[in-house]
Amino acid sequence: MNTTGSKGIGKHPLIEMLGVTKVYGTGQAAMHALRGINLRIDQGEFVAVMGPSGSGKSTCMNILGCLDTPTAGAYLFEGISVGKLSRGQRALLRRHYLGFVFQGYNLLNRTSALENVELPLIYRAIPAGRRRSRALEAMEAVGLKGWETHTPSELSGGQQQRVAIARAMVTAPMVLLADEPTGNLDSVRSKEIMDLLTTFNQKQGITIVMVTHDPEIAVYAKRTIRFLDGVIDSEEQNGGVG
Amino acid sequence: MLWETVLLALREIRRNVMRSSLTVLGIVIGVAAVITMVTLGGGATAQVTSDIAKMGTNLLQVRPGQLHRGPGGTRSTANMFKVDDAEAIAREISGVAAVAPVASEMLQAIYGNANWSTTVTGSTNGFLQVRNWTLDSGRQFSEGELRAGKTVCILGSTVRKELFGAQDPLGTTVRLRNISFKVIGVLISKGQSSFGTDQDDFVLIPLRTLQRRIAGNIDVSRIYISAQDGISTNKVQEDIERLMRERRRISLGKDDDFHVRDMEELVSTLTGTTRVLTALLGAVAAVSLIVGGIGIMNIMLVSVTERTREIGTRLAIGALERDVLMQFLVEAVVLSSFGGLFGILLGLASAAAGARFLAVPFVLNIGIVVIAFLFSAAVGVVFGYFPARQAARLDPIEALRHE
Repeated sequence: MNTTGSKGIGKHPLIEMLGVTKVYGTGQAAMHALRGINLRIDQGEFVAVMGPSGSGKSTCMNILGCLDTPTAGAYLFEGISVGKLSRGQRALLRRHYLGFVFQGYNLLNRTSALENVELPLIYRAIPAGRRRSRALEAMEAVGLKGWETHTPSELSGGQQQRVAIARAMVTAPMVLLADEPTGNLDSVRSKEIMDLLTTFNQKQGITIVMVTHDPEIAVYAKRTIRFLDGVIDSEEQNGGVG
Repeated sequence: MLWETVLLALREIRRNVMRSSLTVLGIVIGVAAVITMVTLGGGATAQVTSDIAKMGTNLLQVRPGQLHRGPGGTRSTANMFKVDDAEAIAREISGVAAVAPVASEMLQAIYGNANWSTTVTGSTNGFLQVRNWTLDSGRQFSEGELRAGKTVCILGSTVRKELFGAQDPLGTTVRLRNISFKVIGVLISKGQSSFGTDQDDFVLIPLRTLQRRIAGNIDVSRIYISAQDGISTNKVQEDIERLMRERRRISLGKDDDFHVRDMEELVSTLTGTTRVLTALLGAVAAVSLIVGGIGIMNIMLVSVTERTREIGTRLAIGALERDVLMQFLVEAVVLSSFGGLFGILLGLASAAAGARFLAVPFVLNIGIVVIAFLFSAAVGVVFGYFPARQAARLDPIEALRHE
């Protein structure tokens, strides 16, 4: 199995998976979602994760996002073994280092765009004034200046996803995990979203791991990992669009 | 952070005003019921107290038999008093303003075609003095009438109304047990007492007349004594007890076969009764608070299910279990506190209306208002905890997948 990422000089192994296995259920009914994954993602990388449904990519993303823990093997985030952490400690890891973008946006209904963006800062106990100014900056960075008071139902899908990206980016996370971020969008909106992600990756050096099944979206990433039946089937470098 | 959570809860409640108000309706009704009951109860107590104060707190009553607290009442085997006893009290005890020996019978009073069943009280002019009665018209008994046991009477205003209607009764005769009594006076109405009895429903005749012509004995069933202003009723009470023990030859160490009650004691007995009643009604009302709490729990559980994805999102972006728990708990508490607040307003309003209707004073009890509010908030904590824990324990992966 290929464990080498794009090991550039000065790059820092941010994420390491060593023989990660995930089994759901026990005995006869046991379902092996992951069968020994070895993976390394360095700081500043933009990685696309592909594979058919049931291939283990979602399980892998859940583990990467510290939402789940491996059954066997080790997942090291900045050298910390996440599998040994409690639920609360993993929540704190997410709070301080990770950003999430979901396929279905997952914005809070009947809550203004700005308040949605402020949400992760509330959990970081950032005072209201600073929170507001940072959320406004993030809204501007995703090109939604002037839409702050709109609620999700008043925004288009592309705009909603941009609010979600602003929400993920407002904390300046080390890693942005995006699960099918363009899954619900047409090609024009998809391109806008991908351009946005690429900019964050290149300008701010934020590491992005993105699940997609669209090859045209995957090419925005510099590296593509393909899952099949719970193992990494192939890895390839691409030039990256941008 | 807590303030943020409160704001968040307020926003959540505002999002669904209709449902939120229906949710807290149980609490509103519960709190309103408690406040109404307790306020009206307090008003009734205040009324009783003031009525008794009107009667005169310097009033003492001596009755034969021991006062038993609880079932059984007064023991009736003890010897009755005699007129001598009342005279002895008037003569030998200092600080006494007036003494009235009293005996009474239930009789039919007849005038023309009208008849009315009433209490016939035999006493002296002292009775009018100790019980604060004022003559509306006519006169008191004369010394001669009292001494000779003449058949004259003074009517309470109820008896006058029932027998005479608009007619002037002075100078006419009323028949009591086939004896004609000349009406010499009519009393001013005192109205209903707070214990629900009609104070004006009686006929006053000389004590001696009652003893000789009606009862056929020389018993006095009770003696009223009013103390002079500025004299301690306790002191007078002790003196009377000593005197009566002496007169009734009760040896040392034996219990009294009579009792002296002052009105303050009566006040405390009566307010005690209303307090028990108030507590009972309050307890019934508290049950509806519990029911209201269950309503809140129900809606919070629904809310947790509806907002599963939101909870998942919050957990994913770094909310701790504690944060989610607090969010839902605070929401439940804010809801129930709102219910408490509205319930207090509603309760005070209906208590004010009820007080007017029942003609009792409106007595604001700040204590019960505070307790009702705290209790409703506590209902939020107790019944909000379970749904909040459900929310906090959600698996973020499952929650995010929830449709």
